[in-house]
Amino acid sequence: MNESSIVIEHLGKKYQDTTALEDLTLQVGKGELFGLLGPNGAGKTTTINILCGLVKPTTGTATVCGYDVLKESAKVKELIGVCVQETSIYPYLTGAENVQLFGNLYAMDKAELNARRNMLITKMGLAEDAKRRAGKYSGGMKRRLSLILALINDPQIAFLDEPTVAMDPQSRHAVWDFLKELKREEKTIILTTHYMEEAEELCDRVGIIDHGKLIALGTPKELIVKNRVNNLEEVFLKLTGRTIREEA
Amino acid sequence: MKLQRIAALTKKELKKTIREPAVLFMIFLFPIIFVFAFGASFGGVGGSQTVTYHIGVVNMDHGSSVNASQTVLAALTDTKIINVHVYVDNQTAQNDLSQGNVQAVMIIPSDFSQSLASYQAAPDNPAQWTNTTFSLYLDKGSLVATQAIPPIIQQTLTTVAGQSQQTPSPFQVQTASLVEVKTTSALDFIAPGMFTFASIFLIMMVAQSFTQDRENGMLKRIRITPTTPTEFMISQVISYMGIALIQAALVFAMTHALGFTPSVGISTYVFAFTLVLMFSVSNVGFGLITATISKSAGAATGLSFLFVLPQLFLGTFVGASLSSDAQVAGKFVPSYYVTNALTSLFLRGAAITSPAILLDFAVVSVSCVTILVVGVALYAKYYKV
Repeated sequence: MNESSIVIEHLGKKYQDTTALEDLTLQVGKGELFGLLGPNGAGKTTTINILCGLVKPTTGTATVCGYDVLKESAKVKELIGVCVQETSIYPYLTGAENVQLFGNLYAMDKAELNARRNMLITKMGLAEDAKRRAGKYSGGMKRRLSLILALINDPQIAFLDEPTVAMDPQSRHAVWDFLKELKREEKTIILTTHYMEEAEELCDRVGIIDHGKLIALGTPKELIVKNRVNNLEEVFLKLTGRTIREEA
Repeated sequence: MKLQRIAALTKKELKKTIREPAVLFMIFLFPIIFVFAFGASFGGVGGSQTVTYHIGVVNMDHGSSVNASQTVLAALTDTKIINVHVYVDNQTAQNDLSQGNVQAVMIIPSDFSQSLASYQAAPDNPAQWTNTTFSLYLDKGSLVATQAIPPIIQQTLTTVAGQSQQTPSPFQVQTASLVEVKTTSALDFIAPGMFTFASIFLIMMVAQSFTQDRENGMLKRIRITPTTPTEFMISQVISYMGIALIQAALVFAMTHALGFTPSVGISTYVFAFTLVLMFSVSNVGFGLITATISKSAGAATGLSFLFVLPQLFLGTFVGASLSSDAQVAGKFVPSYYVTNALTSLFLRGAAITSPAILLDFAVVSVSCVTILVVGVALYAKYYKV
């Protein structure tokens, strides 16, 4: 593995009586596309929220590009981009205005912002609709816009929390192509998904989380061979006795 | 702190106000429609309850051995509804009138004793009387005072002279302030409260905006960016102050069109708008408190009335017709001080540097900033991702 972009050590999070995350330790290398897999409620989003500085861990530490997520969260926020699970966009702004707003929140230079905004909007297939109110977009278009907002600041590390959920196949493949392009640019990407075929297609390594615990870690191929199954879906079934679509 | 972020968030908030029909209606159209409907149809205020009037008296009649002026003062006190405050000079009395401390100032003319003596010497021969005029300055901010005090004074003078109501009198009461200005309408008395009223509904808008953004994940999304809580809150306060300014301008234009034309200078208008801006800060604070205790945007709409109604009923033009207890309760809401100061400025002709105005401004400033700080603190403490 290359130099580590993310180092997580013994990370845990408890909400009153519920353990959302338990003793998670892993490293993600620079330029790696890492998949965090697991059913709903497994602890994927909690992990991302801790790494973004939104939630304080109960135990353990985490660093992003060498910066402690608790003590140096301002520095961390300048380096990351996050596509949140909810389709969070301002419906009364146009697509372009949404992107412009978030570029300004990262204090981007005006010329750089305009150029990157136009590039991302074109690549995500929203050029023709950029001047329409985002509230009028289809579900897939909103998800693509949400992804653009996460990447407008050209982040070194992108956290993509279920970026393709509820997307039509065409939009999903457009996003996959874009993620591959990001990978070629040596961006580090943490992708959470419960689409196993997506993880197999895109991820260099995956970590499977269940009930807040990391139960498997490796490349998709390694995990499939090690468990003597045909795909990641079956890996999860073998390890947990459930399909990944079932609640954690 | 980056101005670029504050400017971008402020612009976003203003676009929301213009583009969301529900917000546009509640913030701009509703106050305008309300002012128009209320201003056009308002018939008067006041009730049947017993009230007491505070009247300042300046006695210019010092040369009398009869001490007629003391008789007048005693007669006024005997009415049980007049509290007399004696002033040594007209300037001091006028200052208190302009600050709302008394509701009228009466000047006893220097020849009153002479006039009374001439009447008593020849009550049936008006040709022998020395006629004189009492000047009466009224609180133009009080509809009740302007209507009630002049006849009470006239009746008291008639009693002092021992006349019947129908006979001629050597004493004339000239209501100086009403003589000098245009005819006062009911709109004049409610207009200051209307400026306050318009801004109150910002509470609902702020509460809805924050709960909506929380529900759809936008606040979380902004927190992930380098935007600091301070930058975010500054942008919100600037946005809503801007909206309050536009509201005040629209309400002023509407009341002006309906006939509210106070005789005050530009500095008074600037001060009045500053006061409304300061007041809007408290409404952002109340909105944040509402958002803190609301689980959804729908709940925020309902819960916002916890703050909207007291401000509305105790602190605007509505308060003039409430019971004395309710009027005392009004002193615990910021809107009361805003309306009181605007009434003093526009109707009583008070200077912006007068103690009463400065006190109102100080109360509004301190209370509004405190409410905002409490709102921000509560929201920051209880807001969870």
